[in-house]
Amino acid sequence: MLTNEIVKQKLVEKFAEQVTNFGEPYGMLTFEAPKEMNLKVLNFLYDDERLKFRFLTDICAVHYPDQKGRELAVVYHLHNMQDNIRVRFKVFTDIEKPDVYTATGLFSAANWMERETYDFYGVKFTGHPNMKRILNVEEMNYFPLRKEYPLEDQARIDKDDEMFGRE
Amino acid sequence: MTEQHIKLPEGSIEKTTTTLNLGPTHPATHGVFQNILELDGERVVSAEQTVGYIHRAFEKIAERRTLYQITPLTDRLNYCSPPLNNMGWHMTCEKLLGLKIPKRVDYLRVIIMELARISDHLICNSIVGVDAGAYTGFLYVMQYRELIYEIYEEVCGARLTTNIGRIGGFERNFNDIAFQKLEKFLKEYPGVLKEFENLFQRNRIFMERTMGTGAISAERALNYGFTGPNLRAAGVDYDVRVHAPYSSYEDFDFSIPVGTTGDNYDRWLVRNQEMWQSLRIIEQAYQKVQEFKGAEAEVYHADAPEYYLPPKELVYTRMEPMIWHFKIIMGEINMPVGEVYHSVEAGNGELGFYLISDGGRTPYRLHFRRPCFIYYQAYEELIKGSMLSDAIITMSSLNLIAGEMDA
Repeated sequence: MLTNEIVKQKLVEKFAEQVTNFGEPYGMLTFEAPKEMNLKVLNFLYDDERLKFRFLTDICAVHYPDQKGRELAVVYHLHNMQDNIRVRFKVFTDIEKPDVYTATGLFSAANWMERETYDFYGVKFTGHPNMKRILNVEEMNYFPLRKEYPLEDQARIDKDDEMFGRE
Repeated sequence: MTEQHIKLPEGSIEKTTTTLNLGPTHPATHGVFQNILELDGERVVSAEQTVGYIHRAFEKIAERRTLYQITPLTDRLNYCSPPLNNMGWHMTCEKLLGLKIPKRVDYLRVIIMELARISDHLICNSIVGVDAGAYTGFLYVMQYRELIYEIYEEVCGARLTTNIGRIGGFERNFNDIAFQKLEKFLKEYPGVLKEFENLFQRNRIFMERTMGTGAISAERALNYGFTGPNLRAAGVDYDVRVHAPYSSYEDFDFSIPVGTTGDNYDRWLVRNQEMWQSLRIIEQAYQKVQEFKGAEAEVYHADAPEYYLPPKELVYTRMEPMIWHFKIIMGEINMPVGEVYHSVEAGNGELGFYLISDGGRTPYRLHFRRPCFIYYQAYEELIKGSMLSDAIITMSSLNLIAGEMDA
């Protein structure tokens, strides 16, 4: 039976200190690698006889404007259906040069997921066969899910517990 | 039927292909999405899918909404089975918050979710029939979808965009009418489903229209990220309800129907069998619900004062509940910091919610894994070289829901 420990051990064996930030939020093994490594890691997870993470559940991006030089995170969710275990793999990239290698060679499913990621966050997937917007209009010249385009804040923070006589 | 059959005389017109815009508002697409088909006579040479016509930026909107305000957004993903989306969202929140849900709530949820699955598959399967030219089945089963909607109505007051349930449970206990309607459904529906099945399952015309069309191998389906009935039709027994049981699905006895060829006929059969399995689950769940007696039979939500609205009579008479009511409604509760992925078996497959919280009052990032969006990219591969009329049936048997695709 494959466990998070074994996966972690395998990854450390293969990539030594290049895979970092291991964690298990809510039971899912999460780790990080440099963005140049993303295909190597994905290939290893896919090909290794023991690991066999051969189902791509999801790709999405997250924007952290405060982290200089690593503002955009691309998050891969992978699933090994035989052993029924999932991992979450992240690469971070500079928002000025958001180029990440595409996973379309490995997973056909990555095609639209990566286009969606590009559409909303502007992550450019190098080698993608059809790198253009998917849900938004093609004339759009910005990436709407980035944090510099805030919506009106509906959650008010101008009142605190003190006002209600507590704390 | 290529050049060898049709010999063009010397000097006649050149053979050309036709471009056909199927959609975005075409009666056969059953939703707002477009296909640009390149046709050689009636054969599909290539297809280009365009999506995004009803994109509503839910992921962006969700970043400014508190947890319970996001539930109505999830309604509008797969609008053929909104309760499944609602429940998936509630469970994601509960996972983040670490809430413990009482068994009775789990079972009530299972009832609602399986009813939603039936209504979802019912629509899909009968629409496949409509696209093959058999309208009767569609009309016949519609009154039972109506009955399912009436049950929703008794539970939450709404029919289509249900916003059913709350974080921690339900907004109110199921009333007697809801249970009576459920009993009526359990009593009458098997006969109706049997009759519906008889109209199609061994119907020669239907079989010839659907068998061998729109087929996909298990390997390709997995590579394309297929989940749900479409993956199972290709022969992979992956079901989130079994692989990662949520809402006490481990307490129920049911099987996962799988197909072999992954074609339109197998997809139809898998959905049909799943309806029978859903019925089994509902029966078991209803039985389990009835076993709760006395005070236990009144439990319909978890004890989560920070997220579950206090009862109205207390809100109007006592200070503390009123404050909590206000705080919850205004979204003044900070979430714990965390990163959670939760998925449920929705009508079309694995519906995943990836929620990142930075400890604020709204999600830092929320991403929906929409099964429809992911498997629609395989459509070109499925229909290449087939007849246009088969492409239409393939589209409806994939159960493409524009709301889910575009988010």
